Amino acid sequence: MSTDTQAAPPAATPQEGPVRVQRKLPRYAPFGLFAGGVAVGAALSALTGFSVISTVVYGVVLGTVAVYAASRAVEGRRKATDRLVTSLVTTAFGIAMVPLVSLVWTVLDNGLARFDGQFFSNSMYRVVGEGGGAYHAVLGTLIITALATAISVPIGLMAAIYLVEYGTGRLKKAITFFVDVMTGIPSIVAGLFAFALFTLLFGNDFRAGVMGAVALSVLMIPVVVRSCEEVLKLVPNELREASYALGVPKWRTVMKVVLPTAVAGLGTGITLAVARVVGETAPLLITVGLITGTNLNPFDGRMATLPVFAYYQLTQPGVNEQAFLDRAWTAALLLIILVMALNVVARLISRFFAPTTGR
Amino acid sequence: MAKRIEVSDLNIYYGNFLAVEGVNVSIEPRSITALIGPSGCGKSTFLRSINRMHEVLPGARVEGKVVMDGQDLYGSDVDPVDVRRQIGMVFQRPNPFPTMSIYDNVIAGNRLNNKRMKRAETDELVERSLRGANLWNEVKDRLDRPGSGLSGGQQQRLCIARAIAVEPDVLLMDEPCSALDPISTLAIEDLMTELKERFTIVIVTHNMQQAARVSEQTGFFNLNGVGQPGRLIEFNPTEKIFSNPDEKATEDYISGRFG
Ligand SMILES: Nc1ncnc2c1ncn2[C@@H]1O[C@H](COP(=O)(O)OP(=O)(O)OP(=O)(O)O)[C@@H](O)[C@H]1O
Ligand SMILES: [Mg+2]
Repeated sequence: MSTDTQAAPPAATPQEGPVRVQRKLPRYAPFGLFAGGVAVGAALSALTGFSVISTVVYGVVLGTVAVYAASRAVEGRRKATDRLVTSLVTTAFGIAMVPLVSLVWTVLDNGLARFDGQFFSNSMYRVVGEGGGAYHAVLGTLIITALATAISVPIGLMAAIYLVEYGTGRLKKAITFFVDVMTGIPSIVAGLFAFALFTLLFGNDFRAGVMGAVALSVLMIPVVVRSCEEVLKLVPNELREASYALGVPKWRTVMKVVLPTAVAGLGTGITLAVARVVGETAPLLITVGLITGTNLNPFDGRMATLPVFAYYQLTQPGVNEQAFLDRAWTAALLLIILVMALNVVARLISRFFAPTTGR
Repeated sequence: MAKRIEVSDLNIYYGNFLAVEGVNVSIEPRSITALIGPSGCGKSTFLRSINRMHEVLPGARVEGKVVMDGQDLYGSDVDPVDVRRQIGMVFQRPNPFPTMSIYDNVIAGNRLNNKRMKRAETDELVERSLRGANLWNEVKDRLDRPGSGLSGGQQQRLCIARAIAVEPDVLLMDEPCSALDPISTLAIEDLMTELKERFTIVIVTHNMQQAARVSEQTGFFNLNGVGQPGRLIEFNPTEKIFSNPDEKATEDYISGRFG
């Protein structure tokens, strides 16, 4: 620990003037103390056989204590508590980041091996070992997700409009309740629902991408309703009244004032809802299954999708096990990239469509 | 175009709460009628019931008659949307549409109702309305900028331009100057005096001088106590209200001996 801070007189000295002047630790002090803590931690760790994890744990604990003590001695109690809580919150954030960073790192590490042109241009048709790709699964995922979006967005958006603009009393409460319940439906149940529905309608052997799209819609609709509802509620009532006062009927007010004002939030919410279902595995596993070839018709026959592709590559490898593992990792990497891209799109939407208030 | 409005035995409710009771009044065409009274006595509520804006709030309802040129606005065959097309409204807080440019804000009433207009016609309408609202010179170079980028007073005048662009017969204004500086306030008062050549104007104001300056008729609302309905205590020519009112309560309120 730095010696000059310890030499300072304890607590704050009241000064002339209306505002009490407070002694402060220099800006670099907390960083220095933490570095010291980690150094001491490394030494402690070395005593019991060095490991990075114990070094970090010791270091963080020692650093926190040291910062608290130093601040208590120099800056007084309130400031010390402030620094303590800052340390704790930062540590919690660090802990939360560990699985995320580790996951991304592992997937990158394993997935980049097959992240090549062949992966995107070949299907698994007649591939039993090396080579092959997920061309069919990528297209399958895109088609099924697009179909699910096409089903969910109109229903979800209109339900949200009903809840915010028109609904009153019992029906509104009932819908809100069921939307809440639907939000918590396990995805396998959604898959079974779609499976049962299409079996009832078209018989036992029916398989098609649209089954998966319906299953995903069951999961997606409540998310769309919820996020759109929140966004529509944010539209100030004054704008609706301004529109009514111009002699504009309610439905036109909704279409031309409320929705355009909320478009940024709606786009963001819908995109995030897509991101939510794009990686769903269970419902697709039991509805659309998997094929090795390419099927682009979602209304007839099994289709391949990325999550199910990854699942089967992992659980049912062929002759060259490593080749199958590599493909599974690459599919996982692609899914993460897809979700990240959707999140970026959501941000761009909210950036570019937000109503301009600037001068 | 300006029209006479006769209100008889109007009771206005929020759910079960009777907010305004027993209003009888006749509002003259081509004149300015001011409504004054203490906060919470139901001026805004009454104003909003004239163009059927009151009922957009859930549970809000009205009993009685509001007759404009012989037609009961609350008749069962009357569409509130038509009423609002004829009776425009300017709100206390300026509320331009944030997604629209200044230009689009002015013609919002036509655009939102999908009225087809030629470009030249709309240009002409925008200029006429903005000139009418005394805003043209300030914004003529930036008509394509967002309406929310104007100052508060400019926004309020934009809202007035928007209201007069649909050419209503009556214009209701709820404290249009309460958020404005004295210069913008004067601009809007001048504007009202010009507009009354063409419109029937009803204005709610807390500013007694303003009522005295611009209006021909003044109505004084008051309420007996918290939770009691507001009532129209006195309705008389403005000069009389401010010099020799019939009611003691009016005189007390005007001379500041209130409560
Ligand atoms: N949305 C509402 N729901 C229920 N009660 C309301 C609502 N708006 C107003 N009120 C009540 O109606 C009464 C009249 O309110 P109003 O807004 O008309 O008063 P005001 O005269 O315009 O007051 P101010 O001068 O402060 O604007 C008040 O008692 C108020 O509490
Ligand atoms: Mg009011």
